[in-house]
Amino acid sequence: MIPAAFEYSRPTGIDDAVRALSEGGEDAKAMAGGQSLIPMLRLRLAVPSVVVDLAGITDLGGIRDDGDALVIGAMTTHDEVLNDELIKTHVPLIAQATATVADRQVRHRGTFGGSLAHADPAGDLPSVAAALDASFEIAGPAGRRTVPASEFFVDYLTSAVQPDEILVSIRVPKLGGWGSHYEKFSRVAQAWAMVGVAAAVRRDNGTIADARVALTNMGATPVRARAVEEALIGGPASADAVAAAAERAAEGAEPSSDVSASADYRSHLATVLTRRAVSAAGRL
Amino acid sequence: MTVTEDRSGAEVGRDRRRKEDSRLITGRTMWTENISLPGMLHLAILRSPMAHARITHIDVGPARELPGVVEAIAGRDIADIQGSLPCAWPVTEEMILPDYPPLAVDEVRHAGEPVAVVAARDRVSAIDALEAIEVDYEPLPAVLDMEAALADGADLVHSGHGTNKCFSWILDSAEAGTGDDVGRAEADAEVVIKRRYLQQRLIPAFMEPRSVVVDPTGEQITMWSATQIPHILRLMLAMATGVAEHKIRVIAPDVGGGFGGKLQVTPEEFIAFAAARRFGRPVKYVESRSESMLSAHHGRDQIQDITLCAKRDGTVTGLSVKLLANMGAYLGIVTPGVPLLGAFMYNAIYKFPAYRFDCTGVFTNTTKTDAYRGAGRPEATFAIERTMDELAAELGMDPLEVRRRNWIGHDEFPFTTVAGLTYDSGNYEAATDKAMELFGYDALRREQDERRQSNDPVQLGIGVSTYTEMCGLAPSRVLGQLRYGAGGWETASVRMLPTGKVEVVTGTSPHGQGHETAWSQIVADELGVPFDDVEVLHGDTRTSHKGLDTYGSRSLAVGGIALVNACQKVVDKAKPIAAHLLECDPADLEFVNGQYQVKGSPGAAKTLGDCALAVFTSHDLPDGVEPNLDADATFDPGNFSYPHGTHLCATEVDTETGRVSIRSYVAVDDVGRVVNPMIVEGQVHGGIAQGIGQALFEEAVYDADGNLLTGTFVDYLLPGSPDLPDFVTARTETPATDHPLGAKGVGEAGTIASTPAVVNAVVDALRPLGVSDVRMPCTPERVWQAIRDARNGAHEGGERS
Ligand SMILES: Cc1cc2nc3c(=O)[nH]c(=O)nc-3n(C[C@H](O)[C@H](O)[C@H](O)COP(=O)(O)OP(=O)(O)OC[C@H]3O[C@@H](n4cnc5c(N)ncnc54)[C@H](O)[C@@H]3O)c2cc1C
Repeated sequence: MIPAAFEYSRPTGIDDAVRALSEGGEDAKAMAGGQSLIPMLRLRLAVPSVVVDLAGITDLGGIRDDGDALVIGAMTTHDEVLNDELIKTHVPLIAQATATVADRQVRHRGTFGGSLAHADPAGDLPSVAAALDASFEIAGPAGRRTVPASEFFVDYLTSAVQPDEILVSIRVPKLGGWGSHYEKFSRVAQAWAMVGVAAAVRRDNGTIADARVALTNMGATPVRARAVEEALIGGPASADAVAAAAERAAEGAEPSSDVSASADYRSHLATVLTRRAVSAAGRL
Repeated sequence: MTVTEDRSGAEVGRDRRRKEDSRLITGRTMWTENISLPGMLHLAILRSPMAHARITHIDVGPARELPGVVEAIAGRDIADIQGSLPCAWPVTEEMILPDYPPLAVDEVRHAGEPVAVVAARDRVSAIDALEAIEVDYEPLPAVLDMEAALADGADLVHSGHGTNKCFSWILDSAEAGTGDDVGRAEADAEVVIKRRYLQQRLIPAFMEPRSVVVDPTGEQITMWSATQIPHILRLMLAMATGVAEHKIRVIAPDVGGGFGGKLQVTPEEFIAFAAARRFGRPVKYVESRSESMLSAHHGRDQIQDITLCAKRDGTVTGLSVKLLANMGAYLGIVTPGVPLLGAFMYNAIYKFPAYRFDCTGVFTNTTKTDAYRGAGRPEATFAIERTMDELAAELGMDPLEVRRRNWIGHDEFPFTTVAGLTYDSGNYEAATDKAMELFGYDALRREQDERRQSNDPVQLGIGVSTYTEMCGLAPSRVLGQLRYGAGGWETASVRMLPTGKVEVVTGTSPHGQGHETAWSQIVADELGVPFDDVEVLHGDTRTSHKGLDTYGSRSLAVGGIALVNACQKVVDKAKPIAAHLLECDPADLEFVNGQYQVKGSPGAAKTLGDCALAVFTSHDLPDGVEPNLDADATFDPGNFSYPHGTHLCATEVDTETGRVSIRSYVAVDDVGRVVNPMIVEGQVHGGIAQGIGQALFEEAVYDADGNLLTGTFVDYLLPGSPDLPDFVTARTETPATDHPLGAKGVGEAGTIASTPAVVNAVVDALRPLGVSDVRMPCTPERVWQAIRDARNGAHEGGERS
């Protein structure tokens, strides 16, 4: 299909963009890589009157080292993320998950920030951000604010970013001493996850000192598998213990049933994939 | 068969890069979508959001008021000129053939059915204006399930006809005199296997969406369409609308794929035709991908009840098939005929003594079904190849052993089957031996055993499919017996140009197959001209006035023979001229490597080009010789062509998640003599990929109200290259005997063969767990569910004993 007509603006500064969005009101939409927005425009599921293209704002790009964390500009493309040495060194989980996103063409246009702002529970990066306890810097008419991952994903396709706000950057704590793994299950190679599991594990010799597990597509937002984390932390770093903890993966999750999978099956997958992800993260 | 050996020329049999590919791949060519004509209007079509409803009110007026819009019309505005869409295959005399208005007039019968059309100066204005059209629908009950549709008192798709049963068609070997009685076979059987298979609905998913341009301003009304069948389309337009045939010209420019999905005469073509006539201006309609998925015809959608009777030694004694075939809401060009193309194939490569096929066509409130790669034959092959595996499992035999016990031996050809066809040639032993060797069958069986012993969560399965199919559609006489509305011949003409170059006109209509290359190779050998000196013209009823187009793996096996025959006529016509130029008796000349030479003295020679120039000037021709070397030929095959082969598939099935991965795939196909091995390889690869698509990925799903849930490629999953293994392909070569080229069709073979090979492999992996079937597509969830069900079932069984 062809999108309905809209106005187009391409500001070069964050403040200009915020202004353009405020002026546009409810009907204005920010566009990052357009890889989710343009399909929605084409299907006329989104009919904005103004599209504010963020591609001209250089301040939204780049990845920088900020001590115990990395700060990733919202407009960093998936491809840039994949090729970034800081990410590979300090948060390889992001690189590993990003490598499973879509195909090469989409990864060259789609952005890290766009994926998160879009808040698609089937997207791979929201659960990764949740597992990493990332925090989000947002610019709006009233200035800047910072939102933790636990409050960022509000509902299905709804993040804490308001219509007149812009996601500026994402701060991700470095994972020194942690092992991590993203386990994605999809029916064809280049597709969204039916279920995915992001796991990070810190071992202290024979025990699991700390663990973070978050699930993709097991509800309207990414879900932290707290029951699994609790079962793991302080327990032995053994295959049996991981398997037992993983059995609790779907506790509290509310997966949907749709054409691609039933809720029951998703819950089952969550347990299998959690076992695999945690085992790989903990090098078991 | 010796004829074919004499023809081993320089071009035929060699890999040639396709001459058409650079323009097709770069898109620097004329697709229908590229065409722009002076004053052309763009059409957009409003489609029904409901599966079944009465249109109680429709007002296109508000759309007319919008900027850019020139006209808007509803069904009743063109009811007098739009015609009813034709079905060319009324399979029985009693068959119900409902009215099929291109633009619905007062009732809609499937979601996506066109109800109004807007014409605007640009495409966007036309699409935008659709929202302004007011339609009131009074919902009627949607008939979706075939068995419910046939029950007494069922809601009706076509209330005027009193039933949802379109036709019933029976082939019984005892009645036809081609075999024994199945009832007796079942009564006497030592083993009876009964299975139900569901052939899910598929979407052909050709790459180029359908599009059509109509120019009504010339003496002939010209239609460009992304179609497989320009010739049939012209005829049908003439017959259905009353516009005289010679006043219509149809052009299929370059067309981006079809797979049977463009073997259709579409509502959109008829609507554009009527709109152009009505407005007196050129119009263009290009469908969106969403419209294509919703309303271009679908494929498959059958329920197959199979009864296979056998002795305990594995010899099959009879086969009975009860088939329900979903027609959808209306009958397309060959909708009812598709299951009949399968009717002759359930007995496959086997010597079954008794056979009965009993098919019922059913109307439902869904998009119509029609041809999709293989059309009827993949369904039949799937059912029999799955069931042969079930028989093997029941008897504890190797699946290949059961097949060997029943198949036609290479020394038994020609062989007349229980369905009444005569297979001219084949060698199932040779293809199977080669496949087993390439596959490493024995080693894989050993690994399978080990994984079973060790309870590996990832089990290994081996799937077999020994297939044949009938293609090269088709002997006209047989089509007549089956009540098809046309013949099955094909035509070609050769034009010798004064410079010795050659133009070939073919009645086939390539849409990605590479005819221009293969036809050039044939002509190069037949006429002794360079490959690059041949131009192949097709797809325009003005240059190619006659033809039956491209489908059913017919183009080479039928059209290619017409071409060979036309070339031979040219060679014969030029001979007296060459003799005249060489001042010898024609009887002393032979045509060798493109040259006429005097037998025994190869020094003096004339080429066809020399003769063409002599004909052009005509200054010095022998008396009584017409100055014309051009020739045409029409070939009506005496028989179908029967490619066959053995496909072997190894799958790894993760029993924890249900995921199936194909580990290795070997295809040994026998498509007779090969013109261009590279093209054949491409057809086999693409065919296997689509067959795997049905086995593991693809399914068109409707919800309970008749809305298509799988309306985008996010939900309708096509496999991509990362989802497919490297295919190991090889060939055996048993030439077809019906014609001089020895070639058999290859377009559908891969699709027909691969689906059962994959599903057999999935079931084989899981059989020790108690699984005996997995419904297609074998999604991870279905596999997981099958394992769960089997475990629960086994558990109960255990308690009882
Ligand atoms: C074929 C295909 C396959 C895909 N497969 C996957 C997959 O497997 N896994 C996966 O995770 N994703 C997948 N995606 C989605 C892809 O990752 C997108 O890039 C991503 O979802 C959106 O990023 P974007 O930069 O394109 O955002 P856009 O499409 O431009 O925007 C998406 C939404 O976020 C908002 N937005 C974007 N950036 C900002 C910002 N800085 N501030 C405020 N709001 C903003 C927009 O207003 C819009 O509502 C796929 C996409 C396609 C087309």
